[in-house]
Amino acid sequence: MSIQITVENLYKIFGSAPEKALKLLQEGASKEQIFKKTKQAVGCVDVNFQVSEGEILVVMGLSGSGKSTLIRCLNRLNEPTKGKVIIDGVDVTALDRQELMEFRRKKFGFVFQNFALFPHRTVLANTEYGLEIQGVEPAQREEKAKKALAQVGLAGWEQSMPGQLSGGMQQRVGLARALAVDPDILLMDEAFSALDPLIRRGMQDELLSLQETVKKTIVFITHDLDEALKIGDRIILMKDGKVVQEGTPEEILTNPATRYVEKFVEDVDMSKVLTASAVMTSARAVAYPKDGPHVALRKMREEGMSSIFVMERDGKFLGLLSAEAAKGAADRGDKLIKDVVNHHDLPTVHPDDPLNTLFPLLAEHSFPLPVLNDEQKLQGIVVRGAVLAALAERGSVN
Amino acid sequence: MEGIPKIPLADWVESAIDWTSTNFAPITKAISRFAETGINGLVVGMEWLPPWLLIAFFALIAWRLAGVKLALGTALGLLFLWNLGLWDSTLQTLALVLFSTLVAVAVGLPLGILAALSETFYRVITPILDFMQTMPAFVYLIPAIPFFGLGPVSAMVSTVIFAVPPAIRLTCLGIRQVPKDLIEAADAYGSTWSQKLFKLQLPLATPTIMAGVNQTIMLSLSMVVIAAMIGAGGLGGDVWKAIQRLKPGMGFEAGLGVVILAMILDRITQKIGRSQAKRQSGGQ
Repeated sequence: MSIQITVENLYKIFGSAPEKALKLLQEGASKEQIFKKTKQAVGCVDVNFQVSEGEILVVMGLSGSGKSTLIRCLNRLNEPTKGKVIIDGVDVTALDRQELMEFRRKKFGFVFQNFALFPHRTVLANTEYGLEIQGVEPAQREEKAKKALAQVGLAGWEQSMPGQLSGGMQQRVGLARALAVDPDILLMDEAFSALDPLIRRGMQDELLSLQETVKKTIVFITHDLDEALKIGDRIILMKDGKVVQEGTPEEILTNPATRYVEKFVEDVDMSKVLTASAVMTSARAVAYPKDGPHVALRKMREEGMSSIFVMERDGKFLGLLSAEAAKGAADRGDKLIKDVVNHHDLPTVHPDDPLNTLFPLLAEHSFPLPVLNDEQKLQGIVVRGAVLAALAERGSVN
Repeated sequence: MEGIPKIPLADWVESAIDWTSTNFAPITKAISRFAETGINGLVVGMEWLPPWLLIAFFALIAWRLAGVKLALGTALGLLFLWNLGLWDSTLQTLALVLFSTLVAVAVGLPLGILAALSETFYRVITPILDFMQTMPAFVYLIPAIPFFGLGPVSAMVSTVIFAVPPAIRLTCLGIRQVPKDLIEAADAYGSTWSQKLFKLQLPLATPTIMAGVNQTIMLSLSMVVIAAMIGAGGLGGDVWKAIQRLKPGMGFEAGLGVVILAMILDRITQKIGRSQAKRQSGGQ
């Protein structure tokens, strides 16, 4: 495959006197020292990498590591201080304003962490935006935008306003807006980080299956190692603006280059960093307090469950209702299941709980574990099989 | 301060006004003619229609823009003014307010956009706007006379000067309030500055701009009353006459007329702004 993006000795310093900071960097000063001395913020330091056509490159690092700065240097939303970005043989850093605008229109689709949809435009008009500013005919751009919306599973939502959609759906619109211009390169800046864990995993899967057909070159930014391992053909790890390691997920896991990478990775092979949120699934059926015992029993029967979780309409978790309790209530002629819901000594887990704390709970109880967030809302459930499957999958990495 | 001579600031201002009024006579004459034609045209046009028809027309506008309740209030308020014999004064005031607002928005909108897009211009115009808004309103009346003479044109010019700052400020604020990530998105897809302005910044700023227009109308109305002192006529003229003749009843009637007009204009423009904001949040 041919090389599509080449980044050479890229530096980005924020501030009015970057030369001073560059000089200090060459003398080996750290990011903090430079900020103290010159008030210049160091974004990227001597970054070099290449991306092949059709490859997914994940840039990973904690906040402040310079990854978002880096992705914005590729299309010059951030002006690189020094160094070169070459895309399809064109030196992007040398383009003038007009050329850069044209280049952005043709080459890039950008997906933002907080969606950045235009709130006054319909879903369709948002998706059309890139084509509209290129001056594409209305009929033609509507057709392309509709196709892009269908690709992300939003056919039929064209006339909705972004404010009416859930976070996951909004980001699909963001993705459709990027796909509609049919760019060579997709830049995705923490595209799924603002989404709930379950939706997030769904979107990751969809992106991967979409990639099978569209085969774009993707630069994907994330702070989440699980996401990086799942999505990336190759991963770049960044710290303090520098690339600390580059390689395939396999290489990074098995051969961490520095202590920093090692710290990231050492937990991955064990159940310790796999958290409840990584293995949970959505509950197939839940009951609501307004349900009567017959309704609850019916739901259980349909799904073949011996107990069912009960929650409020807004997701607040109430407890577990066993089939026997429901049966008892039905026999007594109770109208509501409220009184027979068990909410004492019921094990619940937090999305961030590591897997190894789940084992004893799963062994003790016959029902799945409810995963509750800080507001006591039901995020999903953990079943025994999923935990074992996840461990088997990750265990094979080392 | 004895021994130090007084700075002849007043003399300077007067000679500056003298100089400009003689040297820019063609321009001020053109403005005069334009404004006179506009205001007179509006007044003549509205007076030509029978009052009941015009009232029905205003009520219809209020209904379309703001609903049944306001339409009813508009009709009742205007019928009341007609009954008091203030119809012609009301129309004169309304014409002056509408025309002044039109000019103020036509001047304020581009200046506000400029202030939002250019940091330098923003820094220059902010203290000027502060100055304009803190200067007592009456002071604007005096220089208007040498330029445009006594009458509605002078009134309009001083009204525009008094009422334009909120139009500029809120246009600028509305555009600057557009979230950074949306601007970034527009840039990332290769928008030109005018595409960004017309497709993103102005539509999102509309509710704020409408709040500015609302304020401009309210300030125009208050200034049009003050401008009765230099011959603006209308309801303000009636108030002014009542003061001179010490007739509190007549003053109250005309004052009430101003209040009714203010309420109608205020509610209608507020509704427009709010429905704009609603549309943007997806009707939620």
